[in-house]
Amino acid sequence: MSVAAPRGLASSGQKPIAEVLHPLAAAEEPLSPGPDVTVDDGGDQEAVLTNGTPVETSSPASASSLFNRLQLEDDLEADARDLYVSTETRDLFVTVDDPKKHVSTMETYITYRVSTKTTRIEFDLPEYCVRRRYQDFDWLRIKLEDSQPTHLIPPLPEKFVMKGVVDRFSEEFVETRMKALDKFLKRVADHPVLSFNPHLNAFLSAKDLNKRQGLALLTKVGESVKQVAGGYKLRPRPAEFCAMGEYLDTFSQKLGTIDRIAQRIIKEQSEYLTELREYGTVYSSWAGSEEELRRPLEGVASSVTTCCGALEDLSENMSQDFLPVLREYVLYIESMKNVLRKRDQSQAEYEGRLEAAVLRKQEDRTPLPLEVEKCQDKVECFNADLKADWERWQSNKRQDFKQLLTGMADKNINYYEKCQSGWESLITLLQDKQTEDKTSETN
Amino acid sequence: MAEDGRDELLGTDGDSEPLVAGRSLRNKGVEQGCSLLRRMEICVAEAEKRSGRNTVNMQEIFTVYLIETRSMEAVSEGHNSAPDSLWRRYSEFELLRSYLIVTYPHVVVAPLPEKRAEFVWHKLSADNMDPDFVERRRVGLENFLVRVASHSVLSNDKILYHFLTEEHGWREVVYETGFQAKAESRLRALSATFRVRNTDKRFMDMKHYSDELQSHTSQLLRARARVADRLYGVFKVHGNYGRVFSEWSAIEKEMGDGLQSAGHHMDAYAASIDDILEEEEHYADQLKEYLSYAEALRAVCRKHELTQFELEMASQDLISKKQQREELATGIVRTFSFKGMTNKLFGQEAPEQREARLKLLEELIAEGEDTVKEKTVECQEHVERAWVDMQRFEEQKDKDLREALINYAVMQISMCKKGIQVWSNAKECFIKM
Repeated sequence: MSVAAPRGLASSGQKPIAEVLHPLAAAEEPLSPGPDVTVDDGGDQEAVLTNGTPVETSSPASASSLFNRLQLEDDLEADARDLYVSTETRDLFVTVDDPKKHVSTMETYITYRVSTKTTRIEFDLPEYCVRRRYQDFDWLRIKLEDSQPTHLIPPLPEKFVMKGVVDRFSEEFVETRMKALDKFLKRVADHPVLSFNPHLNAFLSAKDLNKRQGLALLTKVGESVKQVAGGYKLRPRPAEFCAMGEYLDTFSQKLGTIDRIAQRIIKEQSEYLTELREYGTVYSSWAGSEEELRRPLEGVASSVTTCCGALEDLSENMSQDFLPVLREYVLYIESMKNVLRKRDQSQAEYEGRLEAAVLRKQEDRTPLPLEVEKCQDKVECFNADLKADWERWQSNKRQDFKQLLTGMADKNINYYEKCQSGWESLITLLQDKQTEDKTSETN
Repeated sequence: MAEDGRDELLGTDGDSEPLVAGRSLRNKGVEQGCSLLRRMEICVAEAEKRSGRNTVNMQEIFTVYLIETRSMEAVSEGHNSAPDSLWRRYSEFELLRSYLIVTYPHVVVAPLPEKRAEFVWHKLSADNMDPDFVERRRVGLENFLVRVASHSVLSNDKILYHFLTEEHGWREVVYETGFQAKAESRLRALSATFRVRNTDKRFMDMKHYSDELQSHTSQLLRARARVADRLYGVFKVHGNYGRVFSEWSAIEKEMGDGLQSAGHHMDAYAASIDDILEEEEHYADQLKEYLSYAEALRAVCRKHELTQFELEMASQDLISKKQQREELATGIVRTFSFKGMTNKLFGQEAPEQREARLKLLEELIAEGEDTVKEKTVECQEHVERAWVDMQRFEEQKDKDLREALINYAVMQISMCKKGIQVWSNAKECFIKM
């Protein structure tokens, strides 16, 4: 799955467009950025397409700004060094915490505090503190998907919970959800492209997210991909994306299996716990009818109780921390699959148009229409973004699972340590008594 | 357990001289007063299957156990001499024990290992032919012999000695003792329990305690079996992690090795429970021994009830005969009697008849007084000896069970350490992912 680091920005593809041979061009002509695009030297705010419409370039990920970026060799080299933001250069920190319940006449809901610290100039202030509810996170995610269709957006925890089955206001549920929201926001903030999205900016800083009116925003670039792609038949995926798809399927399956195993273990542990408790009480009740043996028997009962407590902690941790993260990854995989599908659509559109254009060219020798070139750009862009995101995703996945599994191992070690110390204290107790007895015998 | 049996002796025969040099005594840790065990080393070395015809002439397969004995002199001189040995079946052990119980009713006789596997958790076989069961039974039989041979009273028994040394004809010798005739009938014992009046409080307390001991040990054994069952399930499910990690590692590049190795550790974890639970069976066996001991203790208490009851009956009988004599002598009828009624109805009898009856009564009274004396002695002796042995038993029980509990704790600690080891290994693999 590993892809060689692209030389340019995440969105600039394997090679700068300038160097790719256009399939419709004659062999000896090196391609220029295109005769119809006017490029400003050094400026990354103004670029104009042939038809005169200004291209919104405040987000560096929009396809059209690609041409501007190509000229800024310095920037490209700097960005080539890291695919994703390393902690030393991170300049945006976000946290989700402090859940509170709000009761209004219409509804009851939970809000979370979203705190931001940043040195970026895109933000007016260095610090922000706002309250957001799940709906707001959902809004953000939708906006990100719409405006950055070529990128993988991290998943949110499940939106709908069955009212009768799960208590939406229980401490555990809120805690689990909050951790997932925190993770979501951190992933977005760490993404080199998504973190500059103005919707994120608004989410983090605006006092009131006025969602219905929307912000004076953005490009229809993303939407055009969705609108058009529908009409074209899907082409076979290139091998590397195929491999990605297969990997995602298998990985998703394995995670499902692990989920089932973990649930089964929790169940078996719960039944074991029930029997263990009963077992402990038998020792206690036996102690009641004994004299010399009373202390040892009570000691055993107490050690068993210690083990019960330790086991409860272990099972709870598996339910609260392990399973939710696992399930979240399954959602993440689904998101990634969606992006792959969108990429397929964009490729389909391009190849469809290309075929049509080739046919026409053969007929009447007109030059290659601009739309086809634009499509090609989109596809290349998409592919590049996807590959880069894939790399990040793989790397994050590795870290996340390393942490998750190491955590699981730690909790189990912890459990056994507690049990061991419970039994060791019994032995100390009994041995002390033995030495007591011996000294009293010799006296 | 064998060691404890030897150590835990109230030396009623503490004055008997050791028959071997003190050196070997000290080496074996044997204390004074256990005559048989001092003279010979006993062990149940092996078990074998035999086939033969049983009492109803049907072919059957049974297990025999090899009893090896060696005199202490031979042991102290060198280890070259082969031990004497003979084969015995479980039923012969049962016969020996029945004999001992009847012959020494004041002794809390060590129990045999269970006849059939009980308190079994699901994976363990309940089959008597299962090699693990046979092995544990072999150990239990050896334990029985050592306990019995180290008892100050039982160790002197000829039948026991014969059991250990003469393979053939032993059954006939046992039957010849006529011990079966002395065995109490259940009905008589039950009747005594209900009708006896002045029992020694200590014995009643002990009888009550034996009920408690039986109830608690059996509850514990049942609960332990259920816990073992569940624990088995928890461990085995972890084995699934091994498989899925292995499958997952196939699609990973950097994470692959770490996952694969971690999977192996999960497999090892799942497999480790078998040995852990097998070892715990030893603890269960110790509990089972004391479950059976509770019955033996109760038997001694019942014997007291019986002897006391017989004494009371004999005394009662004597009293009523004396009363009859008085009535005959004085003519005053104080209590209702058939004779009294017939006298009233049909008139007094002739003086010669009265003389005859009086004489008979005197004889009966004399007999009755002897009986009462006998019974008093019997009862008294039983109380004294049984009390001593029950004290011995109590000390032995406290020591044995305390050690068993400590060993159980040690086993648990060992299991925890294994768990920590496995998960630490897995953690190492995860860190390397």
